[in-house]
Amino acid sequence: MDADLLERHANPDAASRGASVAPSNIPEDETPLYAARRKIYPQSVKGTFRRIKWAVLLVTLAIYYFLPFIRWNRGPNAPDQAVLIDFSGRRFYFFFIEIWPQEVYFFTGLLIIAAMTLFLMNAVAGRVWCGYLCPQTVWTDLFLAIERLVEGDRRAQMAADAGPWTAQRVLRKGLKHLLWLMVAWWTGGAWVLYFADAPTLVKDLATGHAPFLAYAWIGILTATTYALAGHMREQVCTYMCPWPRIQAALTDEYALNVTYRYDRGEPRSSVKKSEQLRLAGLPAGDCVDCRQCVNVCPTGIDIRNGAQLECIQCGLCIDACDSVMDKIGRPPRLIGYDSDVNLKRRIAGEPPVQKIIRTRTVMYALIIAAVGGIMLYALLTRHAFDVSVIHDRNPVFVRLADGAIRNGYTMRILNKQLETRRFALTVDGVPGNVVEIVGLPLGAARIVEVGPDQSREFRVLVNSYEYAPAASSPIVFHLTDVESGTWAQARDHFRAPERPK
Amino acid sequence: MAEHTTRVVDKVTGTETTGHEWDGIRELNTPLPRWWLWTFYMTIIWSIGYWIVYPTWPLVSSYTSGLLGWQSRQAIIDDLAALKTQRASMVDRIAETPLQEILSDQTLIDFARAQGRTAFADNCAPCHGAGGGGAKGYPNLNDDDWLWGGKLDDIAFTIRHGVRSNDADTRMGSMPAFGRDKILSRPDILAVTDYVRSLSSLAVPANANLAVGKKVFADNCAACHGDAGKGNREIGAPDLTDQIWLYGSDRNTIIEGLMNGRGAVMPAWGQRLDDTTIKSLTVYVHTLGGGQK
Repeated sequence: MDADLLERHANPDAASRGASVAPSNIPEDETPLYAARRKIYPQSVKGTFRRIKWAVLLVTLAIYYFLPFIRWNRGPNAPDQAVLIDFSGRRFYFFFIEIWPQEVYFFTGLLIIAAMTLFLMNAVAGRVWCGYLCPQTVWTDLFLAIERLVEGDRRAQMAADAGPWTAQRVLRKGLKHLLWLMVAWWTGGAWVLYFADAPTLVKDLATGHAPFLAYAWIGILTATTYALAGHMREQVCTYMCPWPRIQAALTDEYALNVTYRYDRGEPRSSVKKSEQLRLAGLPAGDCVDCRQCVNVCPTGIDIRNGAQLECIQCGLCIDACDSVMDKIGRPPRLIGYDSDVNLKRRIAGEPPVQKIIRTRTVMYALIIAAVGGIMLYALLTRHAFDVSVIHDRNPVFVRLADGAIRNGYTMRILNKQLETRRFALTVDGVPGNVVEIVGLPLGAARIVEVGPDQSREFRVLVNSYEYAPAASSPIVFHLTDVESGTWAQARDHFRAPERPK
Repeated sequence: MAEHTTRVVDKVTGTETTGHEWDGIRELNTPLPRWWLWTFYMTIIWSIGYWIVYPTWPLVSSYTSGLLGWQSRQAIIDDLAALKTQRASMVDRIAETPLQEILSDQTLIDFARAQGRTAFADNCAPCHGAGGGGAKGYPNLNDDDWLWGGKLDDIAFTIRHGVRSNDADTRMGSMPAFGRDKILSRPDILAVTDYVRSLSSLAVPANANLAVGKKVFADNCAACHGDAGKGNREIGAPDLTDQIWLYGSDRNTIIEGLMNGRGAVMPAWGQRLDDTTIKSLTVYVHTLGGGQK
């Protein structure tokens, strides 16, 4: 039995797509609006792009699974995990960087860079993200590898699925799902390790002492990984993912895409027939219609139909086609990464051009550089401490017994360093003022102490013994680190009644 | 409506119809998915379990209490108890630390101020304002003027026993109704009004008889407010020489006070709040700005 026949046998629906379904009285053009899923059995393949995919899969998954276990010494009072999202402590740690909640704009910058990198990748080499780096692709690839390991390659799987439920088939399917669930479970497990000290959490998870939330998240991510990578696969790309729809707007004729070079491949015919045609001096294409490019495609499309939404640009069809070209003694890359402009140029007999530097790519690169530069500048110049001030709202000001006007403020100092710091407060802008910090003896030097990696609130009272020039005048809270001399400022207003005329 | 006798298959979708037809429109036979139905049945079974386990049915004068004996009131009581346990260590520290020492420990200040702020909003804000800013007749707690004393112990005593309250140890003292009770004549009241305003350097009319006012003051007011009008915190008599006026400093307000007297009431919170809450309130009020060292 040939592969096509097998496929038709296994999937009567697939085979009859486009033709009438159950009742025979449906006219040919009234095809159903809804097509049932056609199960895809991608065939294994060897070659350059498959090797690249394996390498990317190994590197990305290794980072994902093992990153939480990398240690990073931050001193006695801080966690020693290199990458940690500490919700209860409200800190984000990334190697030498520590982000406080009010610095989430760094994540905004990171998101802009991520989006622009995606755009740039797209402009240079099409949807390489989809084919190599997208988590859906990586995990689906891993799940497909497990499936092949247990159930055999395309033909074996199709034959088994077409046949009856033998004990061996039950066993194999059971084993496959078990392995899938184990990988999915590990995926969910690795996720929660980013939110707590990894070795401790692993121990707690094993002994049943971990918080309920950890188990819940492992459960959720096990379920989603198992469903998305094991069962939904290419449907995620085709129906759920917005990227294939967006990317059409970002691509142009210079972008590299996995392309069937129809100028070389057509007219297609069998190996023997094309050899005869060539001997006779008649036009003959290199494509021998072996359908290997279709069989290996993880989204089940025929690349020879041109660029299409479902194509994730993984290049496996290139590998498949190259191996066939090698066997029949024709040059490789009948299918290859190519651009629309070069396809046209070749047909017109012009030499191909590779134009990576275009307005589009330069713009994306510039935006990435600008945002990255701003982030780096912000990161390097940010204060080791910070101060913010909130004015009392009720009452806005108070008259004291001797006629002075008092304003109350809540001052919050953030000490981002890992040791206790002392800060000296001075207040400028209000004439003839007396500043008092609640909790410190009156008249004492206005020096406050904040513990390591902490923020602390102080109540500050400012009394003015001279009339303020207006109902509201600017006031500056100036804090100096006693040891290092670095300083930070916060601005607010000093409120007073209108000066009597 | 056609009789449902023969199987009719819809051409376009290839799905069997229910056989029902309205004006040429037929209904496709697409039953609910089996898993959905089973989920629905399971929820029904689940609800029966609920009836048995939790309080459910209203009866004539009571209700079915359920096997677990669960009550929403008890759930709140448990939650509050859990909260208390969680805060116990800090609350205990506040309870055993003298007020003066709380004020020199930043951790305790922070806790006491947070607890005090909440207690203040619940109990004190209706009269003294959300930020303790006060109102006419209700003292501003942010300034540095204190009728009954602004030291920690004074504030704690005032909160605990109240002012002119029903407490045995309450702060006592009131301004008599000099006019209504015919203790002072009308010209005397006007004269002493101008004299009192002059004490805190407020403008007085050109024809004011300050000498008469001073005499009236010495005879009637000095007993409480002091010879120099500096007030007396033992009996809550305000300082009349400063810039702060509880009811206002204009002539009519002062005349009104002299005519009808003054004497607002503050409840004795010792009868309603526990000791640590009162201590926290004391620290909070003291740190608002006006507390004396």
